[in-house]
Amino acid sequence: MDSRILQELISLLGPGNVRNAAEDLLLYEYDGSVEIARPECVVFPRTAAEVAGIVGVARRSGTPIVGRGAGTGLSGGALAREGGIVIVFSRMNRILEIDIPNQRATVQPGVVNGDLSAAVANAKLHFAPDPSSQRACTIGGNVAENSGGPHTLAYGVTTNHVLSLEAVLPTGEICRFGSAALDATGYDMTGLMVGSEGTLALVTEVTVKLTRLPETVKTLLAIFNSVDDATETVVDITARGITPAACEMLDGWTLRAVESYVHAGFPLDSAAVLLIDVDGLREAAESQAGEVAEVCSRHHAREVRVARDERERALLWKGRKNAFGAVGRLSTTYYVQDGVIPRTKLPQTLRYIGAAGKKNGFEIGNIFHAGDGNLHPIILFDARDPEEFRRAVATADEIIGYCIEMGGSITGEHGVGMEKDRLMPLLFSPSDLEIMRGLRDTFNPGGLLNPGKVFPSKKGCGEIHARPLPIDGNAAGTEAKRAMDLPRA
Amino acid sequence: MTITPQSLVRQLADICGPANTVEDPGELAQYQIGAMRPMAAAKPASSEDVAEIVKLAAGEGLALVTCGARSKLGMGMPPRKYDLALDLTRLNRVIAYDPGDLTLGVEAGILLASLDGELRKHSQFLPLAVPFFRSATAGGTVASGVDTPLRQFYGTARDYILGMEFVTGSGVLTKSGGRVVKNVTGYDLHKLMIGAMGTLGVITKINFRTFPLALEPRTFVASFANAAGALALRNLVADSPLRPLSLDILSPGIAQVFSGKMAEQIEPAPLPVGLFSRSSWLVAAQFVGNESIRTRNESELERMTREAGGARVENFSMREMEGLAGRIREFVPIALGNSPAATIVKIGVLPSRMNEILAACERAAEENNLRWAAVARGVGIILAALLPEERNEESARRVRRATEQIAESTSALGGNLTIPWCPEEWKTQLKIWGIERNDFEQMKKLKQFFDPHGTLSPGRFVGGL
Repeated sequence: MDSRILQELISLLGPGNVRNAAEDLLLYEYDGSVEIARPECVVFPRTAAEVAGIVGVARRSGTPIVGRGAGTGLSGGALAREGGIVIVFSRMNRILEIDIPNQRATVQPGVVNGDLSAAVANAKLHFAPDPSSQRACTIGGNVAENSGGPHTLAYGVTTNHVLSLEAVLPTGEICRFGSAALDATGYDMTGLMVGSEGTLALVTEVTVKLTRLPETVKTLLAIFNSVDDATETVVDITARGITPAACEMLDGWTLRAVESYVHAGFPLDSAAVLLIDVDGLREAAESQAGEVAEVCSRHHAREVRVARDERERALLWKGRKNAFGAVGRLSTTYYVQDGVIPRTKLPQTLRYIGAAGKKNGFEIGNIFHAGDGNLHPIILFDARDPEEFRRAVATADEIIGYCIEMGGSITGEHGVGMEKDRLMPLLFSPSDLEIMRGLRDTFNPGGLLNPGKVFPSKKGCGEIHARPLPIDGNAAGTEAKRAMDLPRA
Repeated sequence: MTITPQSLVRQLADICGPANTVEDPGELAQYQIGAMRPMAAAKPASSEDVAEIVKLAAGEGLALVTCGARSKLGMGMPPRKYDLALDLTRLNRVIAYDPGDLTLGVEAGILLASLDGELRKHSQFLPLAVPFFRSATAGGTVASGVDTPLRQFYGTARDYILGMEFVTGSGVLTKSGGRVVKNVTGYDLHKLMIGAMGTLGVITKINFRTFPLALEPRTFVASFANAAGALALRNLVADSPLRPLSLDILSPGIAQVFSGKMAEQIEPAPLPVGLFSRSSWLVAAQFVGNESIRTRNESELERMTREAGGARVENFSMREMEGLAGRIREFVPIALGNSPAATIVKIGVLPSRMNEILAACERAAEENNLRWAAVARGVGIILAALLPEERNEESARRVRRATEQIAESTSALGGNLTIPWCPEEWKTQLKIWGIERNDFEQMKKLKQFFDPHGTLSPGRFVGGL
């Protein structure tokens, strides 16, 4: 990086807040995905004004900027794909205001998701979006990716809980979108910004809704001897209009991996389990638990256990939330997909994933948000073998292609980032993409912010031959010849 | 403008057929906004035809206003220019309804009421208990951004719209989102269309998440001597594990508004007898569940009502409450029919500040000698109706003063205020879009991007957008 740019950043932030030594940059070249991209410089601002200053420096020199929280993202969203400056928000980690009577909080983007919930737990409140990485991931990252989590089935994803944002625009202006009061006048700018993956603005302050903790939570573990029975159960629960707070599925392979690590009490000999939370008033949770248990039994659940106390409950959820860590013990590298399907299509989709794994010679585990049809197939592979990596990605693409044929989507909560940009043409026509890209260029001219993300590179575009889905359609006729434009290992 | 009305009509007829092109001045009167009448109206039956028409208008430098059942054409500023009405009532099909997935795709012009019938067959519904319900279309409801009492539990349309297809101001048919309940692929452009009054795009299709129909809802009603008491109950509920579907606070003025002829015409179901016996503030909370949940809700609400210094009026079944629920939903049209110059002020404010705003409304109404009534939603939304007895200059002055006073209080408390409905001729005097916000410049960029030629309802929205 040009030493003049570095000098400018240092005089703006102080030498301790600007890093460009190779060993420092190494720490910021990866995230939770399989992607790698090294920044030229990493900076740690403490205020929105400093962020605006950094943007000014970057603008004048045409240097790309990428925002980054804890780096737990799963699509390469926080990686410096085209080099440049990574702005790490770890020093903007203060909770600025907690307003208990109005159930609102205003935080800086670097506040850890779980820390906010912990800070308001005494008032029986929480921040509802709960990604599995919530002990590390930041609210700024959640906003950028519109993150979900197990309990978003009933409570909604990040965008449903964000009321207002302060953001630095690529022009260097500091702007406030929305308001803590409801129904801010004008266009829903906040709704546009949340989930825009850092390509429109750098968020420096977030006002969120806090949600009352339920009086009672009951956690059920339904144990099945066949994956089909488990998926049919989910279909039936949905169709009956029962909305559990969470409905997660772990297949046999995954739960065995988890059990050997967490000892959560998952039955080692089962084909699949459903981990289901029902919550609300004591009376409501009890009656829902009864209904859920009945549906499970109807679909041949071998056993339905109800967690007896908070300790048992926490242990089951610990198993779920640490699953990826457990998988990491088995394989140095794995590839997690994030496809979504209509919930009625779960049984055949799980069968398809199994067959795709067998055909391509991969072990594929499944641990996912079954209740909202958000799959997370985990493909284990050895990254040192480029051919195996290529096949792993091709297998994942096959699965995503199937999701889209089912009327689904390429990402439910992880974001497109630099991992799925080449898949965008499967969902959106060139003209759809042109409009979204045009909108990005309107707010982010010259692609200063997070370049190379979300949209397929123009070159890549031609390599994907697909007829994208109409808004209402099943892509029964999709001729999806997916590109072999692989992510860089 | 070079195009003649005849030539426009001919070209529209080429796109959607002569039978679906309106040029008769009498017939065009139904599309009138204030004094403005378009030179033609087109009723396309496909998204592609909508795109063609918008492209034609953009190319000729014409301005169009999109409408459905036309129940909410009175909202917003009159357009700066109005050449063509784009009537979407023929876009009225259910495209994909999958009860098992609880997802639904519809064309924008479908009537909410007919949709409701379809969904009920599967014990499902959309929580859009919006004003003008019986005549409103899905597209008009979403585009106008009208709210619903059920937002207490279900949120607003933005929380359960999964995707949309729309036509940009340049006539490009495009889409965002999808039809699955969880999806972060691409920008959420559909959120921008919600409440934008058709100024960014013409919504042609909407994908919704549907919900299981709440069985046997009950409504708990309590009465209070003042707003503070009613709000105290609201606060106790918010700080409890109860999760009512709706919680509305009714000002004393509601009694007269809801008992009038207009109310009966709009919502024929009768009010429960004796509901408004006192000139008091009422709280109506809807909740749902089996017997044990019901008992629990009722006893907790009774306890909280006592604690808040009020009196329980009754627990009503759905059937008994139909008249009140319908009137709360239809508060806007009922109020509009209650006075020749009714003006509706919508305020969004932090719940803890609702007391101050309600007091400001009361003060402003009294000082300016106006009748008033308000429905306040527990989430922090107040719909206040100012009800002058006459539609004249004097009333206009009084309403203007009153709205300015309310706006001042709202602004001081960081709230949002708009005036969605008032007599057309007052719109230039009242600040109907409230105070310009800090992000207005960004909104201008959006408008410029989506509608570069100013084709879509120019001037209808905030700040002349």
